[in-house]
Amino acid sequence: MTAASDFRALEATNRRETAVLVVTMIAILAALGFGLDVWAGSIRIADGSLSGFPLLTIFALIFGAVQALISFYGGAGLVLLSVHAHPLTPDTIQHQRVLDTINEMAIAARMPPPRAYLMDDPAPNAFATGRDPAHSVICVTQGLVDKMDREELQGVIGHEMSHIRDYDIRTMMMVAVMVGGIAMLSDFFFRMMFYSGGGRRSRNDKNDGGGAIVVIYLATLILAVVAPIVAQLVAMAISRQREYLADASSVEFTRNPRALLRALEQIARSESPLKAATSGTGHLFIVNPREGVREDRERFFDNLLSTHPPLTKRIERLRAMLGAPGQATAIPQS
Amino acid sequence: MGYIVLLIIAAIVVWAIVAYNSLVRLRNEIDGSWRQIDVQLKRRHDLIPNLVEAVRGYMQYERETLNQVVEARAKALTASDQGSRIAAENQLSSGIGRLLAVMENYPQLKADQNVLRLQEELTTTENQIAFARQAYNDVVLSLNTRIQTFPSNLIAGNFGFHAAEYFKAAPEDQAVPKVDLAMSAPRVQQ
Repeated sequence: MTAASDFRALEATNRRETAVLVVTMIAILAALGFGLDVWAGSIRIADGSLSGFPLLTIFALIFGAVQALISFYGGAGLVLLSVHAHPLTPDTIQHQRVLDTINEMAIAARMPPPRAYLMDDPAPNAFATGRDPAHSVICVTQGLVDKMDREELQGVIGHEMSHIRDYDIRTMMMVAVMVGGIAMLSDFFFRMMFYSGGGRRSRNDKNDGGGAIVVIYLATLILAVVAPIVAQLVAMAISRQREYLADASSVEFTRNPRALLRALEQIARSESPLKAATSGTGHLFIVNPREGVREDRERFFDNLLSTHPPLTKRIERLRAMLGAPGQATAIPQS
Repeated sequence: MGYIVLLIIAAIVVWAIVAYNSLVRLRNEIDGSWRQIDVQLKRRHDLIPNLVEAVRGYMQYERETLNQVVEARAKALTASDQGSRIAAENQLSSGIGRLLAVMENYPQLKADQNVLRLQEELTTTENQIAFARQAYNDVVLSLNTRIQTFPSNLIAGNFGFHAAEYFKAAPEDQAVPKVDLAMSAPRVQQ
């Protein structure tokens, strides 16, 4: 029973965090829009009162709301598109084995089987995405298919299955798509500053001359620079603790710590970097391709900026489970 | 004073409804999990004749292993009660485990696409049975704990909930790890 109530609590946390994320993102967008309004002169500040029509603020709000809706209902498709994934078909025995393993782990997790996608990349990696278990996707790389045996596959897919069960996929998907949107908008803002900023500023200065405008300019500028970084940091902090939980749940499904342990060791050994992952999608993967798998990730700054705990620490924890009393001891396979 | 008594009674009634519903949910989940196992067992029964047919030509010296599998399947199909069926299915599981292991000794099997497909299908069916059994037993554990612990045992006792039976694996079956076949890609052994 404890396991069941644990994951219900995690699900509730994820639902809440997604809501907070969406509200925060829309607020950041609205603030950017407001800054743009002041910049473009559609809002004027004189004697401490505002006048004019906040066209760009409203535009930013609508943009944010539409973006949130698109992220929620179409986010999985966008993520799959951005990493160039296509549906996995049982065209070879190896691909059949992945589909079968997904069905096996779905039974173990008592969930509907997610759809399967494939990335043509030699680096072994995998991720899950979607808005809920009934609309979920597990995506594996060809490298994973080639390098992992069935036991290792079970470990990896069990890890992804746990992200799906706990609704981590929803939070992470929204982070991926909305952070991308914010980055796009602040980029747009910068361009406006550079190409049309000078003329407007002189006119505004003449009209109002208030120090308040300078403050708002500065605030917007800072926001435009900081927002994407903050969003990224939030994504990282949310994501890091979840990886340990998903590792533990994978073992709960397979009853075999060796499965994921061997898979992570295998990934740690692999050298080829994953090309398709961007800063927006890196945190979705079982091992963040952009952080690499170097073993010296112990420095503070590295920890602050990474979405995943160091691979060595995750492997360590799984080793501890392997030795724990009461756990089925792994039997070496033929 | 009256309100407090009323509140307490209301709280107890609400708790009783919630407890009853969660017992029903668990009992339904057990039925669902059992059906899941049943589906996989049937699929396995359908697969075996095909696989045996496909490998018989290659494996003339393994007649005994093949016959054991065929006999265990026949026994499972004709079993009259749950207990003897579980016993026969467990025997079939270990027979299949042995067969799949022995098949490793016949490299020519790996060149036969049909055999490889059947082998993969049988392997995943075996694993799905194992995982379905694991899921089934987890739910049985939850239900039985509810039925036996206070205070939910009061509800269970009054509404006729009975402890469910675990699906036990045969002892020898437990020694067989979840099957992994050599059609997996070459890997570095540590």
